[in-house]
Amino acid sequence: MNALFAIVAGVLFACGTYLLMRRSIMRLVMGLVLIGHSANIAIFTATGLKRTGPAIVPIGEETLPATAADPLPQALVLTAIVISFGVIAFAVVLVSRVWATAGTDDSNRFREDDDMEAVS
Amino acid sequence: MAIVTAVSATFLLAALAPWLGRVLGTRAGWIFATVPAAIAVWLATRAPAILSGTPIEGRLAWAPSLGLELAFSIDGLGLLFGLLISGVGGLVLIYAGAYLGPHRHASRLQSFLLVFMGSMLGVVWSENLLGLFVFWELTSISSYLLIGFDHERPAARAAALKALLVTGGGGLCLLVAVLMLGSIGGSYDLGALLDERDTILASPWLGAIVVLVCLGAFTKSAQFPFHFWLPGAMEAPTPVSAYLHSSTMVKAGIFLLARLDPLLGSAAWWGPLLTAFGATTMVLGAVLAVRQTHLKRILAYSTVSSLGIVTMALGIGTEKAVVAGFAYLLAHALFKGSLFMVAGAIDHGCGEKDAERLGGLRRAMPALFTASLLAALSMAGLPPLLGFIGKELLLEATLAAPTWTTALVVATTFAAALTVTVAFLAGVRPFIGSLAETPRTPHAPSPGLLLGPGLLALLGLAAAVLPATAATPLALGAAGAVLGDVPEKSLALWHGLTPALGLSALAVAVGAGAYAGRRIVRSGLDRIGALDRVGPERLYGAALKGLLAVAGGQTRLLQSGHLRSYVFITLGTVVLLVGGTLWLRGAVPFDAGPENPTWPELLVGAVIVAGSIATVLSRTRLAAIAALGLAGYGLAIMFVLFGGPDLAMTQLAVETLTVIIFVLIFRRLPQFRSFSTPLRRLADGLVALIAGLMVTGLVLVIARTDTDPTLARWFGDHSVPDAYGRNVVNVILVDFRAMDTLGEITVLAIAAIGVLALLRPGRMRRRHRGRAVS
Repeated sequence: MNALFAIVAGVLFACGTYLLMRRSIMRLVMGLVLIGHSANIAIFTATGLKRTGPAIVPIGEETLPATAADPLPQALVLTAIVISFGVIAFAVVLVSRVWATAGTDDSNRFREDDDMEAVS
Repeated sequence: MAIVTAVSATFLLAALAPWLGRVLGTRAGWIFATVPAAIAVWLATRAPAILSGTPIEGRLAWAPSLGLELAFSIDGLGLLFGLLISGVGGLVLIYAGAYLGPHRHASRLQSFLLVFMGSMLGVVWSENLLGLFVFWELTSISSYLLIGFDHERPAARAAALKALLVTGGGGLCLLVAVLMLGSIGGSYDLGALLDERDTILASPWLGAIVVLVCLGAFTKSAQFPFHFWLPGAMEAPTPVSAYLHSSTMVKAGIFLLARLDPLLGSAAWWGPLLTAFGATTMVLGAVLAVRQTHLKRILAYSTVSSLGIVTMALGIGTEKAVVAGFAYLLAHALFKGSLFMVAGAIDHGCGEKDAERLGGLRRAMPALFTASLLAALSMAGLPPLLGFIGKELLLEATLAAPTWTTALVVATTFAAALTVTVAFLAGVRPFIGSLAETPRTPHAPSPGLLLGPGLLALLGLAAAVLPATAATPLALGAAGAVLGDVPEKSLALWHGLTPALGLSALAVAVGAGAYAGRRIVRSGLDRIGALDRVGPERLYGAALKGLLAVAGGQTRLLQSGHLRSYVFITLGTVVLLVGGTLWLRGAVPFDAGPENPTWPELLVGAVIVAGSIATVLSRTRLAAIAALGLAGYGLAIMFVLFGGPDLAMTQLAVETLTVIIFVLIFRRLPQFRSFSTPLRRLADGLVALIAGLMVTGLVLVIARTDTDPTLARWFGDHSVPDAYGRNVVNVILVDFRAMDTLGEITVLAIAAIGVLALLRPGRMRRRHRGRAVS
């Protein structure tokens, strides 16, 4: 079971990394999304996986049963999902703005654009 | 507390000086000088008590937890240096005011000078080695600002940088030595360290400490092979040269050696190191001085020589030598400070800096000539001036030196002879003979320009005629701080017909001869001048160039300006460090875990994998976005399967929004194109593969590592009783860690504001269009 999660996280990270190294800035943002998923899986796996049920205290009891899922990594991942959404939304809009300003979606040409600005 | 007041008053005045200078105008120097004058008078009134063995003390806790305290104490050594710093400092402030006149930045120079003065006082009065180091560095920094005062000239900037790098490098050595002393001796307090003297002397690190202290002192005091920064520093305005490079800062190194002598003096290498480098510097400085014709550079090289003399005297370390060293140091501060100010006054009066092109100024500047003559005679070591006493004592001390006697006597006599030549070149030559043509018609210096050199020269005379009033107690008091007890000795002009007197006469005769035949001497010296090409200055230049080349190369390599290479370097580093650690430790457990996955789980896993691979391979934007969404939804289902319904709901909502945003925005962007070559893609794919493997290994390790369940159990136990919530994940987020969630919301709000700002059609787009048109 751990191996399944490890492989999924690995594939997500590899694909994300590959996309992050593309010159196309749209692909770059997609890479960010995949790397975020990979990190969330790593955290989710950290304290051990349980199929037995969510971290909810049953009605009539005062404490969480030992069989329930660990609530702590879930709280962390929940935060991470929301924050990475904020980052992605910002990055996507930034990319579109870069396209509008620089007139290219090739990150290698941003540098030339800097130079042009410096000359003019 | 008086000491703390004295030091802080100087710094306070430095802070106010720029403003006060504007209010007071060109007379500011006279007003500023009252502070150092008050310090000098205060020291003079307390001198008898200090010299009879009760130092003045003052403490101010700074960072007690670090053992750092502003602990001050004035003993005989601190008294001598304190008087020089405040006395010469006051005169220099007046002189600087007159020298710069209505210069735009005159009060800035005064302010820097005051910062320097305060730092110098801190160095010589510090009882705590860390405090001493802080002030030591402050002198380096203020000296950088002072040398580079005329910052519009590249030469001044280069000289300032050179001085800063050389003395700053030495400062780092000193810091290491101080830390070593502190960790061995258990304290940074000099008194406490002296109690631990035997421990320190027995430490295996003693050799390193001695060498590092010497590096700190030698760089500061321009000893061979670090002497080259001092002549360069002559780019500074003359008041700065007179103050820093003759009487104070360059003597800080010597002060350090004297201060630590009681602690390290018995170390085997201490004496020989100081003697050898001091004597080499003494001879080298004198030879180089004779070769110069530029007035200030002559004086600079002869200062190098004089600093060598005092270092050598401390190295010889006998009672006679130490007393001679301090007597000479006092004499040197007086005559060299005076001669520097004379050189500045000459330059100010007739616009010429070259000694060989000057002549006959005695008529136009009679008072300055008198001052210059007195100082030059003192420098040449002629009676009845303090320089004579210093030199006689020095020759006596070398004659009685326990080791290397002959070599030291010959070297000292040789240097003394050349010093006579140099004294005449710099102090007498410009005034005698026929009047030379100069860029400006010579005119007599103003009182402000005359006061400093005149007073210092007269003090050199008075101190020698009446040695018992000041010179003897000061020199003996300082020597007492080094030797442990104040020696029973007295300075006098007449010692009888001694061998030292004979050597002295010989030196004067040879020196006068060399002055008369200086053309021949110089051409002879120029032949050995070829050595300059392999000298330490060349080494400094090459090192600086090399450093810049390395910095440039590594910046070009790391900061290429290509986004993808930044990503590549960052990822590569992470993979190398994390993957390498995993590999080396052999920590990855290659097993599937305790339970096998079920078919639905495997299916969902396959969906995520397929989605992410499809994202990479998609050739159109929409297909890529769809594949990305597939991976995200797969992840949400995975969360459901393993007891995370909240995560699943959030992931579903977020994924939906992400897909919508991607579609909306990327619609406006161009179609996917392929920018990279197949080879590039292969290389990137390989790196990505390794990175993925690393993460797989990492997750396996993480899943295997036992985590502390305390926190999870605490949340599970307290959720219902304390927070009245059954969904523990929710309770954590909105109750126990509510502040974190608030922070998260804030981040989202900021991102939203950023998105909004970027989406509005703004200035940037219009500018882009404008440029495209033009």
